[in-house]
Amino acid sequence: MDKNKRKAYIINTIAIIFLYLVFFILIQTKVMNKYFMGIAIMTCIMIIMAMSLNIVAGFLGEMALGHAGFMAIGAYSSAYFSIALMDTGFPLPNIIVLILAMFVGGIVTGIMGFLIGTPTLRLRGDYLGIVTIGFSEIIRIFFINFEPTGGAAGLKGITKLVNFNNVYWITIVIIILIFTFGRSKQGRAIISIREDEIASEAAGIPTTRYKVLAFTVSSFFAGIGGALYAHYQAFVEPSKFGFMFSIEMFVIVVLGGLGSLTGSIVAAIILTALPEMLRGFAEYRLLVYSLALIVMMIFRPQGMLGRSEFSLTKFIDSLILRKDIKNSIDGGETR
Amino acid sequence: MDLFLQQLINGLNVGSIYALIAIGYTMVYGIIKLINFAHGEIMMFGAYFAFIFATSFGMPIWAVILVPMIIMALAGVAVEFIAYRPLRDAPRLSALITAIGVSLFLQNLALLIFKADPKVMPKLFPETIINLGGVEISSTTLVTIGLSLFFMVLLDLYIRKTKQGRAVRAVSEDKDAAILMGINVDRTISLTFAMGSALGALGGILYSVAYVQVFPTMGVMPGLKAFIAAVLGGIGIIPGAMLGGFIIGMVETMTKAYLSTTWADAIVYIILILVLLFKPTGILGKNTREKV
Repeated sequence: MDKNKRKAYIINTIAIIFLYLVFFILIQTKVMNKYFMGIAIMTCIMIIMAMSLNIVAGFLGEMALGHAGFMAIGAYSSAYFSIALMDTGFPLPNIIVLILAMFVGGIVTGIMGFLIGTPTLRLRGDYLGIVTIGFSEIIRIFFINFEPTGGAAGLKGITKLVNFNNVYWITIVIIILIFTFGRSKQGRAIISIREDEIASEAAGIPTTRYKVLAFTVSSFFAGIGGALYAHYQAFVEPSKFGFMFSIEMFVIVVLGGLGSLTGSIVAAIILTALPEMLRGFAEYRLLVYSLALIVMMIFRPQGMLGRSEFSLTKFIDSLILRKDIKNSIDGGETR
Repeated sequence: MDLFLQQLINGLNVGSIYALIAIGYTMVYGIIKLINFAHGEIMMFGAYFAFIFATSFGMPIWAVILVPMIIMALAGVAVEFIAYRPLRDAPRLSALITAIGVSLFLQNLALLIFKADPKVMPKLFPETIINLGGVEISSTTLVTIGLSLFFMVLLDLYIRKTKQGRAVRAVSEDKDAAILMGINVDRTISLTFAMGSALGALGGILYSVAYVQVFPTMGVMPGLKAFIAAVLGGIGIIPGAMLGGFIIGMVETMTKAYLSTTWADAIVYIILILVLLFKPTGILGKNTREKV
């Protein structure tokens, strides 16, 4: 097992560095221009958002339709913080400012998630979904009316701190963190609540505490995603974080497979990058997208990967041993 | 005092529209336990059909209202047949996501056909101002309230007095027992969708007349609010949806008039959250104990 683990770590590290080098060469040779770089950055942010939503929607199995609201809190609080920090004129390197802003965004959003989650997680299913929609809309209306952050016109004057280089590594770190969380004692407790709440309670798991924990962790990472978004766009406005944006993120998670983090990554890449590439078909884009959603639900309701994770190690093994590739997609192992 | 009466009537006006739309949500939820997100889009298409019939065809008023209702009733049945029926035994989340998919699909279909720019809805009813002791009511408001009440009473009678209505109530109470009693469940569900969609279309027409415009995303906000109204009154209960609709309309109008225009929506959501936290079954809902 230990040997396998070490092998998996080595393979994944090589893959991550290789992928980075590919991007690095593409950028250096100007094959990847500013436009494609923008898409790549947005994709990274959506990967973080989808994975963080997957903690509540997939691991905990609750319907959370208000992720855009948490992203808004992260975006606004981190932007407000970085503007204030820049104003003091204290000479800090950009990357430190970005990391500090991310932590501020994540922690403020995490606290909000805790405050919202504690009373609402008594509700289940549809009702929880409605309440999360309600909170997300209240957050949006709050920012429309809140003058210190620019009100409906939005918050301007944020320094653009995010570029492809740093967002790539930040995304990798967050992917690793969320994976580790999913495998940890806490993560497994949360999954057990999804499987059978009563049984896990009987097994001595304090279900309410773990539900709130899942909600808080999920909103913490959503806040980080929001912080990255704010420092990439250099501008945030409340209208971006509407009901439809929450739905969009939820759809990514569902299409990737509820409970499958690699599924979320794949779906986030497909649903963010592909529509941008197909700008020419812009008119039919959303039509096809919604149709795909309906067809997917009727014929493959568990999403692309279901609950299993795609494992690079197993994939390579199956290539070498010429086994059926299907084996590489059954779950539970290291990525 | 006059201003208050005026606002009261405005509240009734908006509330009756929300009530009409909320009935569609509550009936569908009652019978197949699904939040029919596409209901807002049904209402939007109803308004578009009325717009086309009124401007291009010059149909008489009763046809401008009735024909879209019938078309949308059929559309509602079609949506159920194509998108929801294959998923009836699937997990509820899948059905819900399908509903979101249908909603997005219809929205973008409308965007493709009618384009994004809002169209001006013509005045369907002859405009006169009626003065009632200092309170001015436009005839449109009176017709809106009157039509909504008429159709709500009609629906209520239909559900309570006829055989089909009894079948609808039986299926939403216990589907399996209803099958044993020889009720055709599929047909009853279709009937529910037809009635809900027809009322939704009427709500859409009246909404577009009240706000003088039609556009592809017009169904989202009133749809969400009508859904909140249904939850507020107790989802699955038809009188609850009506009550909830009037409450939401009243709260919204009164906040807009006396507190703040921009916070009106937030207050609606706050009320919803408070109701759900303290009485999740809604105002008229009965508490049911959860079985292990």
